[in-house]
Amino acid sequence: MYLIFAIIAGLVGGFLSIMMRLELAEPGLQYFSNPQTYNVFVTGHGLIMVFFVVMPAVIGGYGNWFVPLMIGAPDMAFPRMNNISFWLLPASLSLLLISLFVEGAPGSNGFGGGWTVYPPLSTMGHPGPALDFGILSLHLAGASSILGAINFITTILNMRAPGMTMHKMPLFAWALLVTAFLLLLSLPVLAGAITMLLTDRNFGTSFFDPTNGGDPILYQHLFWFFGHPEVYIMILPGFGIVSHIISTFSKKPIFGYLGMAYAMVAIGAVGFIVWAHHMYTAGLALNTQRYFVFATMVIAVPTGVKIFSWIATMWGGSIRFSAAMHWAMGFIFLFTVGGVTGVVLSNAGLDRNLHNTYYVVAHFHYVLSLGAVFSIFAAWYYWFPKMSGRIIPEWIGKLHFWVAFIGANILFFPMHFTGLAGMPRHYVDYPEAFAGWNKISSYGSYIFAFGLLIFFFGIFKAFMSPVRAANSPWGEGATTLEWSLTSPPPHHQFETLPHISGDGH
Amino acid sequence: MARRCVQGEETIMIRWRNGAAALAALTAGFVSEAFAGTGQPSPWQVGMQTPVTESAIFLNNMHDGVNIVIALISLFVLALLIIVIFRFKEKANPVPSKTTHHTGLEIAWTLIPALILVGISIPSFRLLKMQIELPKADITVKAVGHQWYWSYEYPQDQGGGFGYDSYVLDPEGAKKANQPNLLAVDNELVLPAGKTVVVQVVGQDVIHNFAVPSFGIRMDAIPGRLNQTWFKTDVEGLYYGQCSRLCGANHAFMPIAVRIVSPEKYAAWLVDAKKKYAEIDAKPVQVAAE
Repeated sequence: MYLIFAIIAGLVGGFLSIMMRLELAEPGLQYFSNPQTYNVFVTGHGLIMVFFVVMPAVIGGYGNWFVPLMIGAPDMAFPRMNNISFWLLPASLSLLLISLFVEGAPGSNGFGGGWTVYPPLSTMGHPGPALDFGILSLHLAGASSILGAINFITTILNMRAPGMTMHKMPLFAWALLVTAFLLLLSLPVLAGAITMLLTDRNFGTSFFDPTNGGDPILYQHLFWFFGHPEVYIMILPGFGIVSHIISTFSKKPIFGYLGMAYAMVAIGAVGFIVWAHHMYTAGLALNTQRYFVFATMVIAVPTGVKIFSWIATMWGGSIRFSAAMHWAMGFIFLFTVGGVTGVVLSNAGLDRNLHNTYYVVAHFHYVLSLGAVFSIFAAWYYWFPKMSGRIIPEWIGKLHFWVAFIGANILFFPMHFTGLAGMPRHYVDYPEAFAGWNKISSYGSYIFAFGLLIFFFGIFKAFMSPVRAANSPWGEGATTLEWSLTSPPPHHQFETLPHISGDGH
Repeated sequence: MARRCVQGEETIMIRWRNGAAALAALTAGFVSEAFAGTGQPSPWQVGMQTPVTESAIFLNNMHDGVNIVIALISLFVLALLIIVIFRFKEKANPVPSKTTHHTGLEIAWTLIPALILVGISIPSFRLLKMQIELPKADITVKAVGHQWYWSYEYPQDQGGGFGYDSYVLDPEGAKKANQPNLLAVDNELVLPAGKTVVVQVVGQDVIHNFAVPSFGIRMDAIPGRLNQTWFKTDVEGLYYGQCSRLCGANHAFMPIAVRIVSPEKYAAWLVDAKKKYAEIDAKPVQVAAE
């Protein structure tokens, strides 16, 4: 259900982004006669992709399915809470969609202040009720995620099968455990910040209003204290997924298991103390900026450990290039590219010329769109037989991969160039000089969108075909517990508790 | 270390300019001066705009160096993946090994990246200090961001005592002025070459951002907060920037244009401008900021 929800939301978010690319294909205003509408689309795209596509897919969808399976539990600890957690999401998405159609800034509908919702643009800049809907939507989505996080932590800490110690637990479960802690600690801060925003807007408080002694920068600190862990919330489950796929298809256990698990813990922990690297141009003091440069760079180390451990897992293996393996290997390379541009941006000095340019857009799409989203597709082709009992023909997954890989690179790589040349984000129109690369980016987005048709064709084909999936279709390399059950698993999985003796991972 | 990087980069650049610069630049994402615009972007540009201040030159050189490092890291990972693909595919290697640990290797791939980062951080901290520590100002101007235009104020004690608004020109206006559309403005910020200029940046209504890529400066214009940044350039010319903080509907239509002139011309301009804007001030400028 989470996955179907994510796919539907993904179509909405994708539609918004294709409209943006259509507009940006040429200089001048073509599709958006009101530039504010473009801002609303950008904001909607960001919020939907983060809160209603990536998070429900990796945490709600794959997490709730496979964490209990992998640790040998019959279900999540609190199934009813899980149910609320899911049903808050459609309500939340509805609020967000309503927000697109009610007045925001004077004379136009929807909130167009970016997913970061910085005041004062989000207070005095948008007097209409659009953002109030948006804030309530985020409240619901946040509540949903917090409930989910509590559920994961309880399940993973208390419901592992006998013999499965923490250090034998599959990496996907580790990833979800770290993610759940990040959610639990960061979301309340977001909830606080947007509640303050809500009272600033409606009840006459002035937390962020400088004319009454408030400070807009305070909001930025609060937001990014949530916002930075949030990006790791989106990518950590992907790390777990990729680890399993690489190990399965290399027919080798994961290399440096402990290092991999604790690298995720380290990334999660350090992720909490780097937030102000999003605020290098806000006028922070020299020493503050120095600290955030240093702390941010530190994150590159555990990330490097993960990249090299994946390669070492494949090294010496006997690799079968299945569709899922294509996506996982694509993930490793593209995430590396996104990671190294992150190192560039971490330097406040260099960021001076890159902040809020398309270079940043390229960076976070390489790690999130080509990282998190690729891991979602990788997991889709890997676990689809287990979830549905059907088989997507391998060639469809591979074709989808190549179309998406080529499309996404054509889409996002030129953004490095426009960004270096100085093109700022959130621009509905740009000087003639940026036209060339923007045109190419737009072509890339059409190619990527075409790939989605192949994706849906694969699902269609799987359900039309009489072929059924075996319990463990990927052979000897698939050693985690989910493959010991039927495909799809029975309603009450593991009627007798499995006992773990050897290496659990 | 930065210096060495820079020199290496220059030799590479020369070789490239002789060779297929366009292709190489395209694949590696490199800066090639042939492509870089000064004060404005140029078509198919792949690197930063030509720097004209000390800190922007430092910034560009450091970026060139770091760019080589990250390109090499990416290519290294790509090369490993390609080796893995060919050497360890099912057909080439039917029996997988059982190795899951190698302490030396694990220490190496923790320590080496850490050392690379320390290497990068040395020039990075120098650059940061250069940008943030304000030198003694010869001239101070104030840039105020409004929805959706900039206004500039020159203080009385430096021969100023006036302020004016700066709006984007419409496409015909830009064409007539022979300047790039969406970058050209009606009233430019005029400043002298060879002087240290401190720009005070503040927002009137929402947050804007005052950025000039060729100067290597970018500073948020926040209501209720006086931010300061600085630059000093010897190169006369016209330098464009664009608002870099989402500020509402016409965010894309409030460019920044700085014209750097000789000190003599600046003095002359100051006298003219004082007269010109004093007259406009009769219709008070502040009304625009209601």
